[in-house]
Amino acid sequence: MTGLLAHDALLVSLGIILLGIIAAPVAVRRNRRDLIALAYGAVYTNFLLVSIATLCMIVALVSHDFSISYVAQVGSRSTPLFYTIISLWGALEGSILFWAWVLSMYSAVAVWINRKREGNLIPYTAVALLSVAFFFGVLLIGPANPFKPVSPVPLDGPGPNALLQNHILMAIHPPLLYLGYVGMSVPFGFAVGAMLSGEVTNDAWITLSRRWTMGAWAFLSAAIIAGMWWSYEVLGWGGYWAWDPVENASFMPWLTATAYLHSVVVQERRGMLRLWNLNLVMGTFVLTVLGTFLTRSGIISSVHSFTQGTIGYYFLAFIALVLVGALAMVAGNSERLRTTGRFDSAASRETIFLLNNLFLTAFMFTVLVGTLFPLVAEMRGAKVSVGPPFFNRMTLPVIAALIFLMGVGPALPWKSASEAEVKAKLGPPFIAAFVSAALAFAIGVRPPYALAAFFFVGYALFANFREYWIGVSARMKAHGESIPVALGRLVRANNRRYGGYVAHVGVLLVALGIAASSAFRAEREVTLKPGESMSVAGQTVRLKGLAGRQEPQRAVIAATMEVMKGDKVIATMEPRMNYYATSSAPVATPQVRSTIKGDLYLTLMAFPQDGSNATIKMIVQPLIPWMWFGGGVIVLGALICMLPVYRRKDVPVVAVPPALQPTSPPALEPQLVDAP
Amino acid sequence: MNWKRALIAATAAIPLILLLAWGFSRNPGDIPSPLPGKPAPLFALGVFAPGQPPLERKVGDTLRLEDFRGKVVVLNFWASWCLACREEHVALSDAARRYTGKPVQFLGVLFNDRAPPAIDWISEMGGQSYPSVMDPGAHVAVDFGLYGVPETFFIDVTGRVARKQIGPASDVVLNHVIDSLLAAGAQTPVAAR
Repeated sequence: MTGLLAHDALLVSLGIILLGIIAAPVAVRRNRRDLIALAYGAVYTNFLLVSIATLCMIVALVSHDFSISYVAQVGSRSTPLFYTIISLWGALEGSILFWAWVLSMYSAVAVWINRKREGNLIPYTAVALLSVAFFFGVLLIGPANPFKPVSPVPLDGPGPNALLQNHILMAIHPPLLYLGYVGMSVPFGFAVGAMLSGEVTNDAWITLSRRWTMGAWAFLSAAIIAGMWWSYEVLGWGGYWAWDPVENASFMPWLTATAYLHSVVVQERRGMLRLWNLNLVMGTFVLTVLGTFLTRSGIISSVHSFTQGTIGYYFLAFIALVLVGALAMVAGNSERLRTTGRFDSAASRETIFLLNNLFLTAFMFTVLVGTLFPLVAEMRGAKVSVGPPFFNRMTLPVIAALIFLMGVGPALPWKSASEAEVKAKLGPPFIAAFVSAALAFAIGVRPPYALAAFFFVGYALFANFREYWIGVSARMKAHGESIPVALGRLVRANNRRYGGYVAHVGVLLVALGIAASSAFRAEREVTLKPGESMSVAGQTVRLKGLAGRQEPQRAVIAATMEVMKGDKVIATMEPRMNYYATSSAPVATPQVRSTIKGDLYLTLMAFPQDGSNATIKMIVQPLIPWMWFGGGVIVLGALICMLPVYRRKDVPVVAVPPALQPTSPPALEPQLVDAP
Repeated sequence: MNWKRALIAATAAIPLILLLAWGFSRNPGDIPSPLPGKPAPLFALGVFAPGQPPLERKVGDTLRLEDFRGKVVVLNFWASWCLACREEHVALSDAARRYTGKPVQFLGVLFNDRAPPAIDWISEMGGQSYPSVMDPGAHVAVDFGLYGVPETFFIDVTGRVARKQIGPASDVVLNHVIDSLLAAGAQTPVAAR
């Protein structure tokens, strides 16, 4: 019943989508505003219908309606309600449905906000977004139909993949990822809309796509960090990043989106990089589709691979269409995207932005090559897997350069800087860099790459904080404001600039966590009898005992471990093995004890049948929690950047010198001090 | 719109598309066994579903892997709650019938399931031509490094695991793998085993 309703809703929505795709161009050609309303209506209706289908799936999951194929595949009567609901995105078909829903929601919001905008940009944007929606709609009634009837109806199902019902972050990471990933479709929609409507030379679409990229970027950043956290908390090896194809798939669009968020400022301020920016917006979307294809089609093996079917062929066709279409459209419009400004000097912010873009793009291509290489190698007959050594070696220099630029860019002015200015701005952070590297050396950091990381992170952290201090102290002098007031007003008046610096600090905290935890990782694996203890890096734990218990959906064997300080027990930890009915292998469930200094990580590796001992893996890594905190800071920075445009009523906007007049309102940033 | 440029740019996409398309020519579920060239773990399991003549075995009989030395063994792990197992059921059952009289033994191993729902499932699905055994405590599944169901292991005439299929097995895969293992087995002198 719910299955039929959902299936019909999806079927009808396909028709509505087609109607919208046809109506908009006709409306524009014949200048029929009523038909434009029809196209917009199609976007809203699609959102409604896909919402109905998604709701039906949730109802089916919760009511254990095993006559629906997806429920029979991931549902189980013993799974707790919470994990039953989130299994909506736990397997292929459900994740496609969720994807389609997020896309329909975003499309509806993007069109609704801009529905009163003049011109043909939004009607064509609607066409682009509906076309993407059409593809997912076809998947949902075809190869990824989650509502296939099952007959005879099974009495119970296997439940979600054991790994996916073992941790709460499973409820957080995937939705964030979809919100970020699918969010990149909207800027793509604006870009295609701009090209189809001929409004690509006008910068209105750039402002729109920048805002939407910012939001999607914030979600994607949070999702990547949450994914790292999830794999750290769940997988039991104490790591957080393995350069797996799925991780790369989420990281590549993040790199190009990051590049775009920087280079778009150059276009807004100096009228340069127009064609480049268009490429970045299109490229980011293509990379999201490519990433999805790689992980859903099963052509590249990954720990995250979904089960496969014919869906890969559909995706391939879609990629081919998008890639050919995107390249053709961008190339066909390239002549119209003339640069109006030019680079005045090597010592200027736009030069640093350009370098940052080159490095980010090189980074993306390195990851792309590493991800696709196994396929290329196999074409020539060799089975190769490209692992962390390749990626680490290839990307570390690029990362170091990017971190350094994070310190240089904010310090340099637009257009050109005098030699004295360059010295005054770029010199002092080097002191901080040397201090940071020396400090790291003093506490025992020896690998050169880790020392370099501390050097550059020290440089960039100092430079970004210094920009804050320069701004705040200027306000304090000029207006006699106290520090908090000056800080608040500074950020409010230049939110994009100072939000960017906050995001920088977040990225630097993550970098610091990665550098410290990989340089100082210490681990041991020891078999303990009750009462015996083990030590790693000055920390000691003692095995108290091993016990089993039954929980509704799983059996648990847990080792009780006491964290010792001298003779005193300061904490108890419980690394476990969870046994789910449908998984032959137990799921090791590590326990982590975090302090500001770092993490103590315990995994129960093995134990004999009689429970007389336990093999424990103990890992000590410093600064790991700083990464998760840094992720929060990144999101905070992005949120500051997205604050609505702020105009002081008492200060006339004409105070900005005409030469610096920005092309769009939010770029009001050259005033460190309010204009006179 | 400059159509010439557009056309040139679009052709740049072709190599990547071809590379991705080529990726489909491989069967990602057909992966080398984690025990390459190593002997398959031995087992002795009790029949709970007899199968149909002429391939049937008595319920309660114990089947041992070593008894099948000299035959290609197709070991299929399945469960009644497994949706993908329904998909491959007909292909497996038909293939077993097709190879009747040849040195091929099909065997179903029930994974994390009870006999009554499994027997009901077999009759609902129109019968299973070959016998299925219980694997109490999933010990054999653990020995074989089972990751999920369905999974199918192909054991050659010398008792080594030759290939493993993750996910539903198809007619094409079954024929291809069994034929190549039979051909390889015919070249191995029986005395040398």
